[in-house]
Amino acid sequence: MATDTVQPKNKIHPHKFTLWVGIGSIVMMFAGLTSAYVVKRSQANWQSFEIPQAFWYSTIVILLSSLTIHLSAKAFKERMMARYRKLLTITLVLGALFVVTQYIGFSDLWRNGFTLQSSVSYSFLYVIVGLHGLHVVGGVIALVVMSLKAFSNKQRNYSIVPVELIATYWHFVDILWIYLLLFLIAIR
Amino acid sequence: MSTATLETAAHHEAHHGDHHGDHHHHETFITKYVFSQDHKTIAKQFLVTGIIWAFIGGLFSVIFRLQLADPNATYPWLEDLLGHWAPGGKLQPEFYYALVTMHGTILVFFVLTAGLSGTFANFLIPLQIGARDMASPMLNMLSYWFFFLASVIMMSSLFVQTGPASGGWTIYPPLSALGEASSGSKIGMDLWLVSMAMFIVSSLLGGLNYITTILNMRTKGMSMTRMPLTIWALFFTAVLGVLSFPVLLSGAILLLFDRNLGTSFYLSDIVVAGKILPNEGGSAILFQHLFWFLGHPEVYIILLPAMGMSSEILSVNSRKPIFGYMAMVGSLFAITILAFLVWAHHMFVTGLNPFLGSVFVLLTLLIAVPSAIKVFNWLTTLWRGNIRFTPGMLFAIGFVSLFISGGLTGIFLGNSALDIHLHDTYFVIAHFHIVMGVASFFGMYAGVYHWYPKMFGRYMNNTLSYIHFWVTIIGAYLIFWPMHYEGLAGMPRRYYDFSNWESFKMFGDLNQFISMIALIVFAAQLLFVINFFYSIWKGRKVTEANPWKANTLEWTTPIRPGHGNWPGDIPEVHRWPYDYSKDGKDFIAQDVPVGADESKH
Repeated sequence: MATDTVQPKNKIHPHKFTLWVGIGSIVMMFAGLTSAYVVKRSQANWQSFEIPQAFWYSTIVILLSSLTIHLSAKAFKERMMARYRKLLTITLVLGALFVVTQYIGFSDLWRNGFTLQSSVSYSFLYVIVGLHGLHVVGGVIALVVMSLKAFSNKQRNYSIVPVELIATYWHFVDILWIYLLLFLIAIR
Repeated sequence: MSTATLETAAHHEAHHGDHHGDHHHHETFITKYVFSQDHKTIAKQFLVTGIIWAFIGGLFSVIFRLQLADPNATYPWLEDLLGHWAPGGKLQPEFYYALVTMHGTILVFFVLTAGLSGTFANFLIPLQIGARDMASPMLNMLSYWFFFLASVIMMSSLFVQTGPASGGWTIYPPLSALGEASSGSKIGMDLWLVSMAMFIVSSLLGGLNYITTILNMRTKGMSMTRMPLTIWALFFTAVLGVLSFPVLLSGAILLLFDRNLGTSFYLSDIVVAGKILPNEGGSAILFQHLFWFLGHPEVYIILLPAMGMSSEILSVNSRKPIFGYMAMVGSLFAITILAFLVWAHHMFVTGLNPFLGSVFVLLTLLIAVPSAIKVFNWLTTLWRGNIRFTPGMLFAIGFVSLFISGGLTGIFLGNSALDIHLHDTYFVIAHFHIVMGVASFFGMYAGVYHWYPKMFGRYMNNTLSYIHFWVTIIGAYLIFWPMHYEGLAGMPRRYYDFSNWESFKMFGDLNQFISMIALIVFAAQLLFVINFFYSIWKGRKVTEANPWKANTLEWTTPIRPGHGNWPGDIPEVHRWPYDYSKDGKDFIAQDVPVGADESKH
C-alpha cells in the first residue's frame, strides 16, 4: 500500500514554486510602496520630478541582460557549457552595470539639489528605485555565486533548476524595473 | 555542502520512492539541536522561544496591571528589577508605555505569530501531508534563525538607556518617528524596526516554505480535499503572511528613512518642544494605511492556526467527523479574502471619508458570516459526540467559547457610528484580547497538549493541565468581561493613572480586581511552563503509536520519529481524515484503503 510520491512530469519543482511565491511577496512590497506613492501624490504640495537620463541607459542594460540570461539558460539546456559560462558572465557584468548606471542617475539628481530630503516625491523616487536596486544587487550576488560554480573545476552541476531559478528571478527584476519606470513616468 | 546534500537527499526520497527514510549519517549536537534542518526540531525551537517570550510579555502585563490596580502604591522590588524605570518602586509613566508597547509587540508577533504558526506549521505540515520534510529545509532553518536574530535585537532594546519602543505596538508616527518626542522613540524605536524587519524576513521564509510544501509535497492520495483542516488553516495563514508582511516592511522602511535620513513620508508641520521641524509634505495617516493593511490580516494570521487545530482536536475527541468540512475550508478562504479588505475599520475616527467608512463597515460585518459558519460547525461537531475531555479538547472547547464571546463584540466595533464612542476604550481591549489573544492562546495550548506526545514521546501531567485550563478560562473571562463595562463607560486605553479622573474613579476597585485575577492567571501559566519542561524529561512515556486514536498521518510514524519521519515508505492516503464512528468502527486512519463493503462518505 505504501508508496512515496511520484512526481508527475509537468509538476513544478518545489524550489521554483517557492521562488514564485517569493516574487508574489516582493510584488506586494512594491504594491505597498507605489500605492503609498499614489495616495501621497493626490494630497497637497506634490512636486513633480524628472527621470534622470542615466535611468534610460540602465533600462537598455537590464533588457539586454534579460536576453543574455535567457540565452545562457538555453545554452545550459543544450549542454553548451562554454557558451553558458560566457553568457552568464556577460549577464553578471550587465547586472553590475545596471547598478552603476542607477548610481550615476542618483548622483546626478543629488548634485542638482534634488536630494533625498528635498521633497516627498524625491524621497519616494529614491526609496522605490533604491529598493529595486537592492533586489538587483541580490540577483548580482546570486550570479556571482553561479559563475564561481560554473568556472569551478571541483563541482560539476548538471541540474537545470538553479539556472532556471536565477533566470526567472532576473526576468522578474527586469519586468519590475520596466513597471516602476512606466509608473514613475505616468504618475509624476 | 552537507546542507545541500541533505536537501537533495530529502528530495530524492520524496520524489523517487526509494527506501531510505531515515538518515543514517552522523549528527552532532550542533546539527541535531542547534542548526537543525529537521522540521520537528525547528518547530520545537520556535515553541521554546515562544514560551520564553510569552513569559516576558505576560510578566510585563502583570507589572502594568500592578500600576493600574493601585496607582499610588510603591513596590521596592520593582526598583530592583527595573532600576531607574521604577525609582522608589514607583513605575515611571514612560516605562508604563514601554511595557504596554512591548507587551503588545511580543504577544502579537513573537508569541502568537512565530510561536504559534512557526511551531505548528513546521511540526504538522510535513507530518500531516506525508512529507519527509519541508520543501526547503535550509530556508526553514534560516526562518528560525532570523526569528532568533529578531528576538535578540528586540530583547536588547529592553536594556538600552532610553528604554524600548513605547509608542504602542502600532508605532504610529509622528510619535514613533521623532526621537525628541519621547524617550521610547530614540534608539529603542530603531531597534524595534530593525527587529521587526528581521522578523518579517523570518515569517516570509517560513511562509514560502509552508505554501510550497503544502501544494507540492503531499503524499500519494493526499488530494487537497483530503487534507486535515489544520493544514488548510496553516496554508491560508501562510498566504496571508506572504501577502501582508511585505507591506508592513514597506511602511517600516519609510519610517526608518523618516527617523534617520531626514525624509518626510509621515511628517508634516510639527512642533516638538517649542522647535519647529523642517519636515513638510508627509502624512501620518499614510502609515496607518500601510500598517493596518498588514495589521488586520495579522489578526487572522494569529487566529487561523488556532481555528484549524481546534477543528481537528474537536473532531478527534468527539469521535465524530468534522461537521461541514467543505464549509470549513470555504469559510477559511472567505476570511482570508475579507482579511485584506477591512483594514480601514481600524481608522474610522482618523477623518476617513464616512462613505468609505460605510463600505468598510459592510465588509467588516461580512466576516461575521464565515465566522458564524465555523462556530456552527464546531458546535455541531460536538453535538451528541462521544466526547473525551482531554486537556487538548478542553482548550479547544475553550477556544470556541472565547471565539463566540469575543466575536460578538466585534459586531459592535465594526460599526463606524458605534466606534466613535467605543474606539480607544477598554471595550476594544476586551474585544481583541478575548477573540484574538486569549482565543488563539487556547488554540495554541490545545495544540501543545494534543501533539505533545508526538513532539516529545511523553505525556504532560493531566492534573496540572486541568488546573491550568480551569484557572485560565475562568480567569480570562473575569479579567476581560468587566473591561467591556469600563469601555462602554468611556474609560480610555493606555492611561497610566485613572484616579485623577472623576468619571473613572468608580472603576478603582474593579481595576484592582482585574489585576488580582491577572496575577493568578499568570501564575497558572507558570504551572503550564513547569509542566511542559518537566514532562520533556520526566513525563509518562507514550507506549502506543496512536494515543488519541486519530486518523491523521502523523500518528503512523514511530513514537519518536527521526529526520525523515517514516522509517520505510511514506504511507499512501485513501480517504479524508475524519472517518470517526463510521460503519461501526471507532476510527479509520487515512492510510487504510477503502473497503468494498464501506459506505460512502
